[in-house]
Amino acid sequence: MNSVSLIDLVTEHFPDAVTSSHTWRGDQTLVLRPEGLLAVAGFVKDAPELSMGFLMDLTAVDYSTFDNAAAPAFFASSGVAVKPVSRVPDEHPWPGPPETRFVVAYHFYSLQHKHRLRLIVPVDQRQPEVESLTPLWPGANWLEREVWDMFGIRFRGHPDLRRILMYDEFEGHPLRKDYSVNKRQPLVQPINQQKG
Amino acid sequence: MINESFLTSRLDAAVGWARKYSIFQYPFVTACCGMEYMATACSHYDVDRFGAGLPRFSPRQADVLFVVGTISQKMAPVLTKIHAQMAEPKWVVAFGVCTCTGGFYDNYATVMGIDTIMPVDVYIPGCPPRPEMVLDGLMKLQNKIQDEHTTGNRPAPEPRPETFEV
Repeated sequence: MNSVSLIDLVTEHFPDAVTSSHTWRGDQTLVLRPEGLLAVAGFVKDAPELSMGFLMDLTAVDYSTFDNAAAPAFFASSGVAVKPVSRVPDEHPWPGPPETRFVVAYHFYSLQHKHRLRLIVPVDQRQPEVESLTPLWPGANWLEREVWDMFGIRFRGHPDLRRILMYDEFEGHPLRKDYSVNKRQPLVQPINQQKG
Repeated sequence: MINESFLTSRLDAAVGWARKYSIFQYPFVTACCGMEYMATACSHYDVDRFGAGLPRFSPRQADVLFVVGTISQKMAPVLTKIHAQMAEPKWVVAFGVCTCTGGFYDNYATVMGIDTIMPVDVYIPGCPPRPEMVLDGLMKLQNKIQDEHTTGNRPAPEPRPETFEV
């Protein structure tokens, strides 16, 4: 199965759920509407042409500071500025960052067909919530807890949405870009700051 | 004058000599430095030559706490509890740069050096330290144990400067 046909296959079945797609060197990505996630995920798992039995990764991205930095300069080892190396022609390029602050990204792999697919769901900052995929892939359980812990994105229908890496006393979500780099929340106060 | 008398100073020397060659360590291994700790403890470098060959996996039987590897904020209460459970006299060795200063983990998750939460006797920096460095640190600790006055009190740890907001 070639690389474009996975995207086409899903888009054919769910023309309303898919908003855009891109391909990078054979890795295919579909950007979905949040309300279409469960249907598409179920299709991706159960359709015999796709049969994505393996949820390889589930993570999130905070785009709130994306592209704020200056464009990177390329330097040769001699220190002379050079043009970026020529790239493989991009026939199906990335459309750019989403309009929402967060996205949740799902990486699937089919052990049967040996192909991959990435689903991306934009998540609004005011109501950071998407459907949980734990009923479909039990492995999503801890990954979704990690995304909740690090980014504060909730998953509707998750059986046990608690912090998984940080401690319960921790306030905030450390991988959000507005979490101060220098902010510390120690459980044991430093000895030079302990009272008495 | 009584503390400096011949008998007590000889006794101190004898006790120090006995202590420094019978180090029972508690290895608190949390990260990749543990490999180097194992290399040091095994026969090639043989930490038993220095009388520290028997790790005790109970803090109540241990003299020296080897903190080997990154200590996260979540792990810090466990480490302080382990340290509190050890009987005096006790010593602490910070093994690896993460336990000395936090290393490159200058972030929300990591304790910036275990000397922010407990007194440390010997620092062994390195990422990870070579076994030779570990043995050097161990010998420095032995010197410290030898020189320690058995009847005196341990000096209070020097406070660290405030380097980050809490």
